[in-house]
Amino acid sequence: MSTTAPTRLYAEGVSLGYDDRTVVDDLTVAIPDGKVTVIVGGNGCGKSTLLRGMARLLRPRGGAVLLDGEAVHTMPTKQVARRLGLLPQNPIAPEGVTVVDLVGRGRHPHQSALRRWSRDDDRAVAEALALTDTTDLAERVVDELSGGQRQRVWIAMALAQGTDLLLLDEPTTYLDVAHQVEMLDLLAELNLRAGTTIVMVLHDLNLSARYADRLVAMKEGRVVAEGTPAEVVTEDTVRDVFGLESRVIPDPVSHTPLVVPVGRHLGRPGATIGDPPTKERP
Amino acid sequence: MTTTTDRPTTALHAAAVPDVERVRRARRTPRRRHALVVMVLAVAALVALLVNLLLGSYTFTAPDAVRIIVGSGIDRPTAEFILMEQKLPRALTALLAGLCFGASGAVFQTVLRNPLASPDIVGISTGASAAAVVALLVFGARGDVVALAAEVGAVGIALVVRWVAGGIGSYRLVLVGVGIASAMLSVIHYLFTRAAIWDAQLALRWLTGSVAAAGWDEVRLLVVVLVVLLPLLWWSASSLRITELGPDAASGLGVTARRAELVMLVAVLLVAAGVAVVGPIAFLAFLSGPIARAMNAGRTSVIGGALVGATLLLAADYVGHYLIGDVNMPAGIITGAVGAPFLLWLMARGATGRSPR
Repeated sequence: MSTTAPTRLYAEGVSLGYDDRTVVDDLTVAIPDGKVTVIVGGNGCGKSTLLRGMARLLRPRGGAVLLDGEAVHTMPTKQVARRLGLLPQNPIAPEGVTVVDLVGRGRHPHQSALRRWSRDDDRAVAEALALTDTTDLAERVVDELSGGQRQRVWIAMALAQGTDLLLLDEPTTYLDVAHQVEMLDLLAELNLRAGTTIVMVLHDLNLSARYADRLVAMKEGRVVAEGTPAEVVTEDTVRDVFGLESRVIPDPVSHTPLVVPVGRHLGRPGATIGDPPTKERP
Repeated sequence: MTTTTDRPTTALHAAAVPDVERVRRARRTPRRRHALVVMVLAVAALVALLVNLLLGSYTFTAPDAVRIIVGSGIDRPTAEFILMEQKLPRALTALLAGLCFGASGAVFQTVLRNPLASPDIVGISTGASAAAVVALLVFGARGDVVALAAEVGAVGIALVVRWVAGGIGSYRLVLVGVGIASAMLSVIHYLFTRAAIWDAQLALRWLTGSVAAAGWDEVRLLVVVLVVLLPLLWWSASSLRITELGPDAASGLGVTARRAELVMLVAVLLVAAGVAVVGPIAFLAFLSGPIARAMNAGRTSVIGGALVGATLLLAADYVGHYLIGDVNMPAGIITGAVGAPFLLWLMARGATGRSPR
């Protein structure tokens, strides 16, 4: 098809939906190569739908998702799987499956009836385990792992797929804050070290601002703001996208924008907006 | 060995070195376990086959049996007849049909991710049986035509169940299937009560399943079906490992839902072939998968399920034929008696698939 796509993964006027409901309407977005892109937005804004469309799980009603200039929906699905990895929201770990076995299944796109398992596959699995720091879990049964360990194993499976593009649908859901940070650190390192292009849907705006090179803010199936976190995360955009009053201040750790919600209650009776902390500690 | 691995050049924490040896070792353990399970089950099926051949109300010594089978004769026509025309085809039918039921059950339970969703519970076996009975009693069909009717009936019911349940992989599928299964049973009952001659043995065979009527025609049919379908199953089953990760993850790895449906079609055809020959052996497909799984540390094994099916059917036929009083109990009643408590146990354990809430 078109060869004028500005980046390897490019959605061009794409419309996506379920049954008779259109969720994403005529949306165009270019995913910068070698960068971390985070899609944010309120519930039901179509961010997961967009990701699913880019991962060819949904067939577009209009427009196309182009991977290296070719429409993903018309390419052989196994060929797509060798270039584009996906970690969906709720993958299922089969009963009794061990970590190496699960991670090894990420090698499926590289295998066929004639070419079943090779040393390359062993090597790719070993590297995926090392990158996600799960080598020590290799023999364990996935059901018995903690939530954070399990999520790392799933990422290892997606890494074993050996793609330069990785799509993740809310990879931090069900994780506590420490594991969320650990997970995002892991993805950031992967991006830095291997140059993997990462696209993910996240709920936490502050973590998104910290880890994204590029933010895509969506509302009602459209992109309302796009750019660096500093460009996108402003008090106006947060109000527009999430319908939330907030103050945006520099994150004291990373100096990326930090959204502080205002809300209607401030927790303590008598406190007002802009109050200095009641107890100053030196 | 892997000392030249690229070290991170950034100040990020040093990643561990890839340990290929450990991966290879860790991959070996479950594979060895599976090989062992398959071996043990193959031996069990073989032992069950030999018991059915050599023991019972007319016993043979192993050398005599071998001599009769290879055709060097021992000059005892009765013995030769009993072994060659009764015991051998019957035992081989039980073995081959058991393989069909077991493999089919394991595939169903894996693709639908629910131990309850085996072909006998979701109505496929009874659908095949009803179609066979219609062909038999309404159209007067015989032999391979009945088998063909069973295949067509099974595929038809599978499509209906899938359509009403709204796709593969939903909990509704089991509920819809259970409903259709009882509807099909009543079709069989109805046809038998309307039939001019009420043949209790025949009715029992098509309602609960029995190996008693097996002859060489049945063996030939099963051999043909297995020769065609087993390579197809072997080829398509490699995608089962991916399908069981859920539809989204499977698509991400390049396995479409259509691939899962192909495996299911093979499983439907397999179970229908079994039904065409021995009737809808109660709970056999349902029991085989979980037993093989339990032996294989919870992991799916289609070959294991097939071998469990064969062993169970041989054992059930032997028990029903020789061990229960002086009645000739159909194998389906024996497997039914074992399967029902197992079903209750599964329900009580709560291992019956993920319901929406």
